[in-house]
Amino acid sequence: MTERHVQLEILRYDPETDEVPSFQTYRVPCQEDWVVLDAINYVKDEMDRSLSYRWSCHMAVCGSCGMMINGEPMLSCKAFVRDLPDKIRIEPLANFPIERDLVVVMDDFMDKLSSVKPYLVARRDKPVDDGEHLQLPAQLKKFKQYTLCINCTLCYSACPQYAHDETFVGPAALALAHRYNLDSRDVGRAARADVVASNDGIWECSFVGACSDVCPHGVDPAAAIQQTKIASTLDYFIEPLTPGRKG
Amino acid sequence: MLKMITTDVVIVGAGGAGLRAAIAIAETNADLSIALLSKVYPMRSHTVAAEGGAAGVAKDNDSLDNHFNDTVSGGDWLCDQDAVDLFVKEAPRELTQMEHWGCPWSREPDGHVAVRPFGGMKVERTWYAADKTGFHMLHTLFQTSLKYPAIERYDEFYSTDLLVVDGQCRGVTALEMRTGQMHVFRAKAVIIATGGAGRIFPFTTNGAIKTGDGMAMAYRAGVALKDMEFVQYHPTGLPGTGILITEGSRGEGGILVNKDGYRYLQDYDLGPPDPWPRKKAMELGPRDRLSQAFWHEQKKGRTIDTPHGDVVHLDLRHLGEKRIDERLPMVRDLATSYIGVDPVDAPIPVRPVVHYTMGGIDTDIDAKTSLKGLFAAGECACVSINGANRLGSNSLTELLVFGKRAGLGAAALAMAESGHADATALREQAAAGDQVGRLFQTAGGGESIVGLRREMNATMEAGAGIYRTEDSLSESCAVMNDLRRRYADIALEDKSNVYNTDLVQALELGAMIDVAGAVIVSALARKESRGSHQRLDYVARDDAAYLKHSLAHYEPDSDPRIDYRDVVITRSAPGARVYGGDQK
Repeated sequence: MTERHVQLEILRYDPETDEVPSFQTYRVPCQEDWVVLDAINYVKDEMDRSLSYRWSCHMAVCGSCGMMINGEPMLSCKAFVRDLPDKIRIEPLANFPIERDLVVVMDDFMDKLSSVKPYLVARRDKPVDDGEHLQLPAQLKKFKQYTLCINCTLCYSACPQYAHDETFVGPAALALAHRYNLDSRDVGRAARADVVASNDGIWECSFVGACSDVCPHGVDPAAAIQQTKIASTLDYFIEPLTPGRKG
Repeated sequence: MLKMITTDVVIVGAGGAGLRAAIAIAETNADLSIALLSKVYPMRSHTVAAEGGAAGVAKDNDSLDNHFNDTVSGGDWLCDQDAVDLFVKEAPRELTQMEHWGCPWSREPDGHVAVRPFGGMKVERTWYAADKTGFHMLHTLFQTSLKYPAIERYDEFYSTDLLVVDGQCRGVTALEMRTGQMHVFRAKAVIIATGGAGRIFPFTTNGAIKTGDGMAMAYRAGVALKDMEFVQYHPTGLPGTGILITEGSRGEGGILVNKDGYRYLQDYDLGPPDPWPRKKAMELGPRDRLSQAFWHEQKKGRTIDTPHGDVVHLDLRHLGEKRIDERLPMVRDLATSYIGVDPVDAPIPVRPVVHYTMGGIDTDIDAKTSLKGLFAAGECACVSINGANRLGSNSLTELLVFGKRAGLGAAALAMAESGHADATALREQAAAGDQVGRLFQTAGGGESIVGLRREMNATMEAGAGIYRTEDSLSESCAVMNDLRRRYADIALEDKSNVYNTDLVQALELGAMIDVAGAVIVSALARKESRGSHQRLDYVARDDAAYLKHSLAHYEPDSDPRIDYRDVVITRSAPGARVYGGDQK
């Protein structure tokens, strides 16, 4: 297997000792099938035990290892070194505070995710012993793509609105709300509207679509937000005309 | 210095089993406080990587007896049959409960939940969400858990030790990774749900986090590790990375061929090859038998040589693009991305890879351990429903059935207990056992974390792989003893308090060395071949001597002490495991 040397420029920051973050450079011999995470693991194991970053599955499903790689938010376990130049600049995900090195503070994202009530609000409390709800493949298909979010937060790093105003609920959380709103088993849309259709919710989105571009699983948060805007607008006009209508 | 948090129940691990336990407690009594600790955010837990599905009787053509018989024979009669009976009975209800919580199960055209065939199953009963079943289950459980205000999460808290007072588990110590602050969680009941220990091996489907931490905590506190010699090799991992290619690929009709394009499984009592697909035959045999067949093909020189070791080919081409995209989209993405093979056009190179630890913390049918106040569920536990070889798609269901039971048991205990242990006593115990402080202070003796980890990985593969011998295991035993001694001489190079992964890796290595030692010594003691434990020097199953669970008891300065407990046999006498043939 052929080896290629790349130069990793990694942003380092330890709040206990550093005033400001700074780059540190490592020259790493890479195998041709390596992803950036493999190169970072090489640094950790062979060159510098103090480097901190998150990772686990190495198969693009746990969502831990998002980073800025040459300025783009990517999963480092799915960013192949062979597709990158000899100099690779690695930074923590943009738009989040740095906890240490490549580890960012996730609190805001976790709060936003739970704020949209991302769980099924059932039409009626059907006992489990009565069996499953029927759901046709076409009904499943309607929301399926929005279930594929792995919470990697790349979309928050790409989002110009979140960069500008951190009160924005943001792409992944709004897409997840939309996932439940579209589920044939769910009646929770009105309960979610408090956050989703608030001033910090869908109306903040300026529809650049960067979130959808960077999603490693083909989720389209931008479409979710636009569809939610339409549904909310209809609610706004229809609700006063139809007394007793439930969202 | 130590921060004290008092709660009713502590759960260590927030994957499928931990989350299911937390929800069970919150639903039992909304007044119980629950501290849910994990060294990662819940969505990162390795449940996320399970692909193929979750087993539970769903259709009229199936029965609980079928599920029972498949599981017991799949486990080579080492399963406790009372536990399996309970498991298969509760499975459908738990999977339906997941549906009620929104899990996006794949559906039949009429809207009912769909099931697919899996290895070692007489009738198809694997509920699936395309080929991301674990991912969808984990996220459904995590999102559902957000409904319950009683569940207080402590994300990125690494638990280090159990606290035991007067023979009862009364809490845990844990490191807050963001700050380096050590905490004492004082509780009336503790549940361990930390997953398996595949990372003791070098080539595994398991994520970096699967280092057996919870197993080691219980083990050091005096709870036995049961049946640790049984380690499952999954027959189809990608070479190099070990990324899992789901058994669902074969459930959908995929075939395995050697370098001559020959379906070699027919040479290992799994044929005839046709008609195909056919349940409990050929590629739908159990994982242990398929991985062993690979080993023999390799010895015969009939595998394919690649830079990442020998492989065979998993061919899905005949399924066609439409079916692959509908049923196996992740497999297509993984194979295309990581080895540049699109399974629509070419066969996928695969080889056996360490996947699952059948053994674990010894629990009873109610997820209770021998230590009062301590429960365990999921891969870290051994009930045992998996015996000597777990049947594919039973583990996701196990998380639910036994995660819930652990939650119910812990809730009942917490409601019955009048008070907490004395805070001063807990603090003193935590301070006395402080591994983190020791690691920060020691200058070490020149041993490196990475070096010891590599030696451990190498000796586990060499000594305790698909086939084992007295010699290979004895040599690994000596190496593990040496590593245990040398572990005392490691030192941290990173002394920061903030998100110190040098420290976390040191703690994980300590856990892995303890668990790996239990695997080796248990394997050395079992002088028979059963399921995933195959001895070249004792090739037959020996029910007279070994129809027993092994129990490894921790000894701080020597090999574990091994003793045995009879397997619970209620209605299925040990018989021959028959696969292949003409049975439908």
